[in-house]
Amino acid sequence: MNSQELSSLSTQVRRDIVRMVHAVQSGHPGGSLGCTELLVKLYFDTMNIDPHAFDMDGVGEDVFFLSNGHISPVWYSVLARRGYFPVEELATFRKLNSRLQGHPATEEGLPGIRIASGSLGQGLSVALGAAQSKILNGDSAWVYSLHGDGELQEGQIWEAAMYAAHHRIDNILSFVDCNGQQIDGSTEDVLSLGNLRAKWEAFGWRVLTAHGHDFDDLDRVIAEAHKHRGSGVPCVVLMTTSMGRGVDFMEGTHEWHGIAPSDEQLERALKQLPSSLKDY
Amino acid sequence: MSNASPFLLHPTESKDTRSGFGVGLHEVGQQDKNVVGLCADLTGSLKMNAFRDAFPERFFQVGIAEANMMGLAAGMTIGGKIPFTGTFANFSTGRVYDQIRQSIAYSDKNVKICASHAGLTLGEDGATHQILEDIGLMKMLPNMTVVVPADYEQTRQATHAIAKHHGPVYLRFGRPKVPVFIKPETPFELGKIQRLMSGTNVTLVACGHMVWESIQAALILAKDGIQADVLNAHTVKPFDSETLLESVQRTGAVVVAEEHQVLGGLGGTVAQTLAKHHPTRMAHVAVEDQFGESGTPAQLMKKYGLDAENIVRKTKELLAS
Repeated sequence: MNSQELSSLSTQVRRDIVRMVHAVQSGHPGGSLGCTELLVKLYFDTMNIDPHAFDMDGVGEDVFFLSNGHISPVWYSVLARRGYFPVEELATFRKLNSRLQGHPATEEGLPGIRIASGSLGQGLSVALGAAQSKILNGDSAWVYSLHGDGELQEGQIWEAAMYAAHHRIDNILSFVDCNGQQIDGSTEDVLSLGNLRAKWEAFGWRVLTAHGHDFDDLDRVIAEAHKHRGSGVPCVVLMTTSMGRGVDFMEGTHEWHGIAPSDEQLERALKQLPSSLKDY
Repeated sequence: MSNASPFLLHPTESKDTRSGFGVGLHEVGQQDKNVVGLCADLTGSLKMNAFRDAFPERFFQVGIAEANMMGLAAGMTIGGKIPFTGTFANFSTGRVYDQIRQSIAYSDKNVKICASHAGLTLGEDGATHQILEDIGLMKMLPNMTVVVPADYEQTRQATHAIAKHHGPVYLRFGRPKVPVFIKPETPFELGKIQRLMSGTNVTLVACGHMVWESIQAALILAKDGIQADVLNAHTVKPFDSETLLESVQRTGAVVVAEEHQVLGGLGGTVAQTLAKHHPTRMAHVAVEDQFGESGTPAQLMKKYGLDAENIVRKTKELLAS
């Protein structure tokens, strides 16, 4: 899929995100809007997957783990648009008896989800376990994971980082959503992350950087990471994004981390996001 | 043992339950190539050496990083592995409760959390390491099976049984050498209480190290003409209510014994079962809402009342009430 097609899909995914969060007046639009390009790129271009035959073990196919589970709206939209489940089901997000829980879960059997996430810091360990399982199975597919930058304040991330380097796990590609924001304010103000490149490098990872809203740059960085398979060095992409991207009044501020737009705000948002596919 | 079942041995040796786990893990590793082992820098203490040496490619040293170990184990199930994690009970539960809750229990992953050095019998290291809340923590989690085997052989059998069971399991065992008293041919079924002695005056129900103490108590009580039905509730969850209720309908009195806090463990499960189905007078031998301390296992069990003598005393008080 070329960058223009991916762009057009992203606009529809952003419409889904703001409509889902508006409909139930809860959820996390900011980070979801910021990671839209990455998830569209992975699911519509990069990953070798079979959405119509979802299988928990994922043997022989690429698997993705969302560690910052609160940005479930973007994942649900991308999964539905990719064919994992009917797009109409997006209307059930966060509602009683839905498979689309506030944070991703396996309990209701939503295709595409392999682990619950939401309590932060756990997803890198899980992704590394899946990567280790693939190595044991002689499975050459990739494991992808996504983490928030604020999430890196959780200690378990660094336990996992140390493990990956020691055990030379190189079938994983992890992305950090570097939007510089978290619930209480900027990461600089809340708990400074310091020099992230130096931190990951010190933990034995290969560190790449990318612009998270630029498909060509994402394409470049993924290709670059793929080249290093066999090096025995795990790879992380520090991906610069803007929280709330695509909706002018939501962009670049932590204020829209976890609140829903009003009717009037929804209307303003949708005007900026022309529909490219049918709305659910 | 006049009223003993054919399942009991006259013990001739003592062995630690953790060694039963070590042998069992090595055996299930031979039988199923999907079995993998993870350990947080306590390979010798968990007796995982035999598995590690036989299957180095399936053994993962994770270092002193238990939270990561639980996440790794959850992830390894994706692809069909059957991970057995090994560390002390304290670091297998309380330290990593949220990781177990979200990545293992809620996600219903086929992880076997294997926990040694549970309870006071950890001994001299003291209260920082003597977890007495772990059964409660684990039994409260939906999807979780909780198994507390009574001796070496039963721990080996339990290791086999949990490998075959699909779903998250907490397997709790201990450090000290204790009598090997259950015959190896005794059938072991997850979720099914074993009646080790038969009697009509009182039901003694226990798990783990306290099963042996309950048998000793039953032998003492028998000298005073009190015949005890001794039940080994090796699976605390799912709990075999049927066997318990069948017993109490005959005896009309229950004494629960466990190496755990009085709150939250096997006693709570028994009390809830009885209150709901067949209210019965009950006594409880457990740690009375306190932390432990340093000492030898035997000294600690005596000081905190986790022994046959206290079971006998509480039984007599109960029957006299």
